[in-house]
Amino acid sequence: MDQRPDATQRPDATQMAGGAADILSHEPSLPPPALDDDVREAEERGWTPAKIGLWAVISLLGGLAWIMLALVRGETVNAIWFVFASVCTYFIAYRFYSKVIERYLLKPNDRRATPAEYKADGKDFVRTDRNVLFGHHFAAIAGAGPLVGPVIAAQMGYLPGTIWIVVGVVLAGAVQDYLVMFFSMRRGGRSLGQMAREELGVIGGTAALVATLLIMIIIVAILALVVVNALGESPWGVFSVGMTIPIALFMGVYLRFIRPGKVMEVSLIGFVLLMAAIIGGGFVADTEWGAAFFHLDRVTIAWGIIVYGFIAAVLPVWLLLAPRDYLSTFMKIGVIVMLAVAIVVVRPEITVPAFSEFAGKENGPVFSGALFPFLFVTIACGALSGFHALISSGTTPKLIEKERQTRFIGYGGMLMESFVAIMALVAAISIDRGIYFAMNAPAALTGGTVETAAQWVNSLGLANVSLTPDVLAQTAKDVGESTIVSRSGGAPTLAVGLAHIMQQFIGGPAMMAFWYHFAIMFEALFILTAVDAGTRVARFMLQDSIGNFVPKFKEASWRPGAWLCTAVMVAAWGAVLLMGVTDPLGGINTLFPLFGIANQLLAAIALAVCLAIAAKKGTFKFLWIPAVPLAFAAVVTITASFHKIFLPVPAVGYFANNAAFAKALAEGKTSFGTAKTVAAMEAVVRNTMIQGVLSVVFVVLSIVVILTALVATVKSLRAGGGTDHEDPAKPSRVFAPAGLVPTPAERELMAEWNALPAGKRLQQAGHH
Amino acid sequence: MRQFAVRLRGLVGYLEGVLGADAYRKYLAHHHEAGHAFPPMTEREFWRDRTDRQDTSPQGRCC
Repeated sequence: MDQRPDATQRPDATQMAGGAADILSHEPSLPPPALDDDVREAEERGWTPAKIGLWAVISLLGGLAWIMLALVRGETVNAIWFVFASVCTYFIAYRFYSKVIERYLLKPNDRRATPAEYKADGKDFVRTDRNVLFGHHFAAIAGAGPLVGPVIAAQMGYLPGTIWIVVGVVLAGAVQDYLVMFFSMRRGGRSLGQMAREELGVIGGTAALVATLLIMIIIVAILALVVVNALGESPWGVFSVGMTIPIALFMGVYLRFIRPGKVMEVSLIGFVLLMAAIIGGGFVADTEWGAAFFHLDRVTIAWGIIVYGFIAAVLPVWLLLAPRDYLSTFMKIGVIVMLAVAIVVVRPEITVPAFSEFAGKENGPVFSGALFPFLFVTIACGALSGFHALISSGTTPKLIEKERQTRFIGYGGMLMESFVAIMALVAAISIDRGIYFAMNAPAALTGGTVETAAQWVNSLGLANVSLTPDVLAQTAKDVGESTIVSRSGGAPTLAVGLAHIMQQFIGGPAMMAFWYHFAIMFEALFILTAVDAGTRVARFMLQDSIGNFVPKFKEASWRPGAWLCTAVMVAAWGAVLLMGVTDPLGGINTLFPLFGIANQLLAAIALAVCLAIAAKKGTFKFLWIPAVPLAFAAVVTITASFHKIFLPVPAVGYFANNAAFAKALAEGKTSFGTAKTVAAMEAVVRNTMIQGVLSVVFVVLSIVVILTALVATVKSLRAGGGTDHEDPAKPSRVFAPAGLVPTPAERELMAEWNALPAGKRLQQAGHH
Repeated sequence: MRQFAVRLRGLVGYLEGVLGADAYRKYLAHHHEAGHAFPPMTEREFWRDRTDRQDTSPQGRCC
């Protein structure tokens, strides 16, 4: 650094822009492809009284809402405050914090063409209207995760979860998505794995690849476990979710052979059939044969999903995955809009305390472990989700029209997912707390019947909770199920909460059963799509890795290789799934933290790669932007992993539990804790060993990646920067506004472009 | 009423974009603009090509 005589030689923004001016000089016959920097600055920094007033109102409303949630201790709190607190915070973060990231760290340059422009091929690289791409990206990142984690985390009361979802997304989750998307866009849409390899070298890159593969397996397994728990002993659920397979097959054939390309049409047909499947499920479950035929225990359903996962992953995409994608995108947008409207209209009163009795303990029945760090891993999606890094690199960057739009799509898209998590939390805490614990504790605690469950819940000594068996039986009847006791996994609780809110909005109590199964259906739909797609991606990663030794495996069209690798991947997640289903300790209770840890270790890997890239860009003063969330994610996940590995408390530590059960077995006991037989005890010994070993492998791999990233960062710091791997800059010949609503200056420039004769400008991407 | 029809068409167009239903239109636009000498794929060919390419380059869906 001392070689530089003065700061002006630092390759800062103005210099780079100036240096690149010759390459990026625009064609004189065309209007400029970007706003003039001074005009944009003036617009951004010009504070009119109306603008100041607006932001003052947003800030005051947000502040008031947080006071209502956090400080005012009434009997109840209205759900609308959750909406105001989160949405106002999102607006402020988007307007101010993401602007800081844009201005000082990323420095997008709209005079540079995006991959969608310079690599345009009409297929993968296509300039897409920013608002369309926002919806598209959102549909790709949001799935069942934000609907499940907050429900499970509600064990500790509403406040810890709410704060983490909102603060986490602002400082960590949305930052990760934005940075990864921007860096991938500058690299022609390269994937996270490729960027890790480039920036961190062979060791870091390989560790990142192996970690990603393992994390994918564990995430698919636990998502599948959520579906199994939702469908177990539920003839209605099994029927209607099962019907999605023939519906998707029909849609696939329709699109391939009957009316190719009529995506909207077939999606509407599929949606109608889906509704018919939900309604029909009620009738089928009412008949004697239907109840008998579709009443499956969890182990059978788990095997069903394993077989399904294999077949779905080897079938061609057009037959099952593509139509399922259309259906789930359709459902996703519909459900989320509906839920938001319903919460705003119904405004349920929340009776759950801000901090529950379990907030200070580490042996809660829904998930075990202390608030720090386990709350932060239980809620991953919605606050910080590493999986998004895989989506934000790859598909979306190939579709972005202008560099400045990454803030809206990357940062804004993740804020939207966070809002979904808040709504899921509101839906889950709008139901009675007694019912919540009866539904989410493992059968080993509740005993599985309404009487034992009510007795157990009342014995917990929760404030204002007195549960009667009748309430549990009645709730089950309302939602059209035989029982709701120990329906853990989050999805059924969310479904009850959603049914509870929606019936006040549309249809009344008679519609509760429909809404319940509607919710189960869409969660299952999201998850099964993720299972199918996840298995495919994992298979390709495996094929690619084996291909380094046996080149034949790299050929994607070589069937035996594809089938073998698919089988290996399905066997891997299938084994974890079966382990969770048969676990005497309750499955979700012990496995869900592993899901969160895996997801956030991936986030730590992604942020570490971003840190190394940012350091190479030479913007040292603002390295804290990726460093702060990286440090937090690393501390949380590594602490959580160490708790799981080393903590002597059997409820939390895998090896402690393992030792306790092994000792009991050695002493010749035939029943220990919640395991009532020797076989169950042996299962616990086996499961805890596998879970423990997995935890060790994850954390070791992640530490390797983080360390290599830190080494790369320090190297760049010493050298004053590093070689970047960006694609060479090419001049842009299109213009589009950066955010949702164009600013006056952007409108003016758009008008200039629109005034061009049609032949002179590139085809406009969107028509809005 | 007319206003409503315009709005509705806008909404449908937006949803089509999000679903990717307008992919063929965009492909044709790109094809013409690029000035290729060979004829563009037909709609049926395009959609086959699109899903068949996904077979060999899978994309994850999020949790």
